[in-house]
Amino acid sequence: MTNNKNLKDRTLGEAMQDHGISRRSFLKFCAATASMMALPPSMIPAIARALETAKKPSVIWLSFQECTGCTESLTRSHNATLENLIFDSISLDYHHTLQAASGEAAEEAREEAMQENWGEYLLVVDGSIPTKDMGYSTIAGMSNLDMFLQTAAGAAAIISVGTCAAFGGIPHAHPNPTGAYSVYDIIKMYGNASLDGISSASISNTSGGSVADKPIITVPGCPPIPVVITGVLTHYLTFGTIPELDHLGRPKAFYGQSIHDRCYRRPFYDKGLFAETFDDEGAKKGWCLYKLGCKGPTTYNACATTKWNNGTSFPIESGHPCLGCSEPDFWDGGGFYKALSVPTIDIPSTVVYAAAGGAAAGVALGALNKNKKSNAIRQHTKTTIDDLEKE
Amino acid sequence: MSEIEFLNWVRGPAFEIATVIFIAGVIIRFLEIFLLGRKTNLAEAKGSEMSSGLRTIVSRSIPDKNTFKRSSFKIVSGYIFHLGLLVTIFFFAPHILLFKEVLGFSWPSLPTAIVDAFAVVSIITLIAVLIHRLRDNVLKFLSSTEDYLVWLLTILPLITGYIAFHRIGMTAPTLLAIHILSVELLLVAFPFTKLMHAFTLLIARWYNGAISGYRGVQS
Repeated sequence: MTNNKNLKDRTLGEAMQDHGISRRSFLKFCAATASMMALPPSMIPAIARALETAKKPSVIWLSFQECTGCTESLTRSHNATLENLIFDSISLDYHHTLQAASGEAAEEAREEAMQENWGEYLLVVDGSIPTKDMGYSTIAGMSNLDMFLQTAAGAAAIISVGTCAAFGGIPHAHPNPTGAYSVYDIIKMYGNASLDGISSASISNTSGGSVADKPIITVPGCPPIPVVITGVLTHYLTFGTIPELDHLGRPKAFYGQSIHDRCYRRPFYDKGLFAETFDDEGAKKGWCLYKLGCKGPTTYNACATTKWNNGTSFPIESGHPCLGCSEPDFWDGGGFYKALSVPTIDIPSTVVYAAAGGAAAGVALGALNKNKKSNAIRQHTKTTIDDLEKE
Repeated sequence: MSEIEFLNWVRGPAFEIATVIFIAGVIIRFLEIFLLGRKTNLAEAKGSEMSSGLRTIVSRSIPDKNTFKRSSFKIVSGYIFHLGLLVTIFFFAPHILLFKEVLGFSWPSLPTAIVDAFAVVSIITLIAVLIHRLRDNVLKFLSSTEDYLVWLLTILPLITGYIAFHRIGMTAPTLLAIHILSVELLLVAFPFTKLMHAFTLLIARWYNGAISGYRGVQS
């Protein structure tokens, strides 16, 4: 978080040595990271070499409409040697929750980092961006939208951390009073907009920055798993590229499989053994939580494998169904405790209204048919032998 | 529209539309049948309409020897895919939850492996049924567009359900949404096509038996 030149010029290897991290634990970290990202063991030395020689990359972290849960998740990680290692190894030049500076000094730090590392810094965003009224969320008198577009223009890549930045999250949930959108949507809507009105005088070399074609990595979750964000950063530091992403921009290594497919309770689902309530025999025996609204079958995340709190457990393991927090619009999915196969509407009353309407229409149609029938009988003329002989 | 928005739409407004059309449509069709009435039969009754009608509901479900010999493929395949549909629709845990929501009560489910097997057998049988229909000249001549539509609407939920369960090709939310949508299409077409036989079957069989019963002959 410091702007000290000497610190910045050091490589990650030097920074780690300063932190008293042994070569052995460093290699262990590289092996764990390679394994998490589904890279072959042969990549471990490459990761180690790349991390040792990489210069501390500048990271600017912008927080918009968010609850700070993502930062809490990442900074309160129990594993001091893994996640913190990476955070100690980057130059987090701006993070208004974590930085000591405030007001103009903080903004100066951001602009200075942008100026010095134009085109090379990583931009991490948590929180959604309001578009309805710019006054809904401002930082140092600057709207979230302006600050994002200005900072994104010089970024090498953008990492949307948390479901709010990734998909709009809770602020975007119906009825979305602030007109909140995800980073991806904002870039789609404003990516080609002119930055003239919002560029700062202190950032002189902002030329050539096009926001529209910036690579975006989405790391959704409410909050996201700490190891996922560090995994993404490690990948970037090692290969200088962004990891392989799925159709929603999520790293495939972490979001490649659904919670349901990796859930340790899956055998109970297949056997047809379910917890019906939170305190029944099934719940006590650890049976499947599908009937209690588990969104595991439609949710892609690494919770079931990497787990939380230093590998202790994940929500399903502690007896609660998955909320589907790493998927878009999880807040508007018709209720956390409603099973996926159950419609989100009030089916019984729909059935009653439809039956009443159907009965009324059926009676009316029946009357019309009867009328048609009696008309046909009335208009029926008998054919006699004489009529037939005329032909 | 994102895949989750699509899923929410099929689980919400689309399901509501399909339910309204299905329920109202079935009731309209029933009322149309019943309200049309029957001419008073002036002949003296020579037996009971009710008992003969009820007996026929059961007896017509069991093919006689000669009919079975003549149309063994049709009868066997018909039984297989109808049984498969019964198991997959009514004994898969997520489906039972839907019925519980509507009816207020539920029943035990079968393990997914068994339901899966029934689904696969039903799909294969339905394909065989279509091939048979296309290869048999008489059947082909008698088949209308509606017959092929009804076949498609029946096999689609089975195929989409199988793919959604095994997550083949697309992401889970999209596959689940497509499966639910295919069921909604079936519900919408149900009252206005031959699919209605699921409900009219029993009253039609009863009526056949009742006519014979009134005349005092074996149905």
